[in-house]
Amino acid sequence: MRAMVLVAGAVFRESVRDRVPYSMVMFAILLMAASYAISQLTAGQDMKIIKDLGLASMSVFGMLIAVFLGIGLVSKEVERKSIFALLAKPVTRTQFVLGKYLGLVATLVINLAVMTLAFYAVLAFMDLTAGPEKLVWPAPALDPRLLIAILLIIAEVAVVTAVALFFSTFSSPLLSALLTLGLWTAGHFGSDLRNFGTVVDSAPMIAIARVLYYVLPNLAPFDVKAEVVHGFPVAARHVAYTLAYGGLYAGVLLTAAVAIFRRRDFK
Amino acid sequence: MPAAIETQELTKDFLVGFWRPRPYRALDGLTLSIEAGEVFGFLGPNGAGKSTTLKLLLQLIYPTNGTARILGKPAGEVEVRRRIGYLPENPYFYDDLTAEEVLSYFASLFGLRGADVARRVSTVLDDVGIAAERRMRLRGFSKGMLQRVGLAQAILNEPDVLFLDEPMSGLDPIGRRQVRDLILSLRQRGCTVFFSSHILPDAEALCSRVAIVVQGRLVANGAVSEIAEFQLTGWELVAADVNESLRSSIAGRARKVTSIGAGRFVIDLPPEVGPDRVLAELAAGGAHIVSLNPHRETLEDYFIRQVSAAAPRQTGID
Ligand SMILES: Nc1ncnc2c1ncn2[C@@H]1O[C@H](COP(=O)(O)OP(=O)(O)OP(=O)(O)O)[C@@H](O)[C@H]1O
Ligand SMILES: [Mg+2]
Repeated sequence: MRAMVLVAGAVFRESVRDRVPYSMVMFAILLMAASYAISQLTAGQDMKIIKDLGLASMSVFGMLIAVFLGIGLVSKEVERKSIFALLAKPVTRTQFVLGKYLGLVATLVINLAVMTLAFYAVLAFMDLTAGPEKLVWPAPALDPRLLIAILLIIAEVAVVTAVALFFSTFSSPLLSALLTLGLWTAGHFGSDLRNFGTVVDSAPMIAIARVLYYVLPNLAPFDVKAEVVHGFPVAARHVAYTLAYGGLYAGVLLTAAVAIFRRRDFK
Repeated sequence: MPAAIETQELTKDFLVGFWRPRPYRALDGLTLSIEAGEVFGFLGPNGAGKSTTLKLLLQLIYPTNGTARILGKPAGEVEVRRRIGYLPENPYFYDDLTAEEVLSYFASLFGLRGADVARRVSTVLDDVGIAAERRMRLRGFSKGMLQRVGLAQAILNEPDVLFLDEPMSGLDPIGRRQVRDLILSLRQRGCTVFFSSHILPDAEALCSRVAIVVQGRLVANGAVSEIAEFQLTGWELVAADVNESLRSSIAGRARKVTSIGAGRFVIDLPPEVGPDRVLAELAAGGAHIVSLNPHRETLEDYFIRQVSAAAPRQTGID
């Protein structure tokens, strides 16, 4: 247990010195600020635009950090051979993989927390400077329900991290990045696969679509931007189910990653 | 008491070739037993299988066949790893961390906490002579400095068994000297040391025993002086102020006497003529001894002979 926490701490320390997360967080914050400028041009819609863009940039940049750090997490140590000295220490390969995962998830939580603070700062500024248009806003500027959307973004990013880590235990960083980005895209449009039968009527194609639907991560439920932005309620059950699904999916991937990693030769 | 290191028929095949991978035997049935407290030299030319053996002992790779035990337990167990140290070949760590940070990370993995970590890290940094660069990022380290960080992390836990893959590589003469002293002081403490090397004098100066592997096979195993191939082939004696009568009296016993200037001679003695009597005679005759060196077949000669005797295989030789 302690070894795992130490490995996680090293991931965190390394990411603090990495330029990638800083630039991603900066980009997200710039986008939020830019959305304020855009909102000035569109009467009445402004608050929705800011919230929508803010949440979208947190989700996209969180995912990008997860992919760019996640793919190198294990493969970089293997390629550069720093893993030789490390695995000679009293650390099991399982602790190594899980520690890497926890360290990156902790890094992402901190990065997303910084984005959240910036997001709320833009919203608060908006709230203070707004005039009578406030009356047509579907939800208050500092709506605490935004935090539900952010919680699900964090859960989604944790799933994406598990995907990236899984690929990086056996393939090159470039291939892992492509596969992870591919799965993320498929994961957001995966619900189309379920309705494939209404478009095509070839039985094998429908069967393949069915299998893919269950194997690919279904990331659509993690996206509750539209509900939150428009002030609609988000069911507690939906949040609980989605979190449980994310936990299960990440758990299966991590188990597979550990199983592969434990059998590998490092040469 | 179990042997410190024990291997039984340890064998490793690597799959080579992209389209039709075929097994390539890097290590072939290695059986070795090393007692606690021994300093053991594992010698062989490039590509002989030395690093492969070390990686098998550390369970960085899994054997195709055979077993390895360390301190009586299967190699690779966490309990074993608490008590061993390992210096990989051309060690590499984390570019963005300083020497002190890397060592602190490893020290805490060994279970040290708080002030103990800092204390132990300072001690090993001093031991390997990079205390002055402790706060520098490893990105800026030279090869020899990285080698020293590698040595430092290998001795962090005061190991009972230490594995060193070419510990002298990349080090300057002072560094080599320090490593030699370090190994000797570890031996004093009772630590078992297993190191790989191409260099016979390094092994000769340190080891109680050596093994030689060539093309994945063990070809010799014993004390350097016992291995027939390294028996003395003669002595080379250089003496000054040798007068003519001395020269002619010694020339009868020498294989060859070569003049290298006024009264100076190189005297080549066969092994059966011990140098003791000749030295006494030279001293009595008023000559001065400049140097005396034993001649052995070198490890290089030996390797070359072994490699050319074995079936041809794509093996690189230095
Ligand atoms: N990952 C690998 N894939 C295929 N063959 C390998 C691999 N690693 C090592 N080999 C082969 O195994 C043999 C032994 O290699 P090893 O690295 O153990 O040699 P070594 O004795 O340490 O040599 P050196 O003195 O050059 O360090 C070599 O012929 C090498 O080509
Ligand atoms: Mg080697």
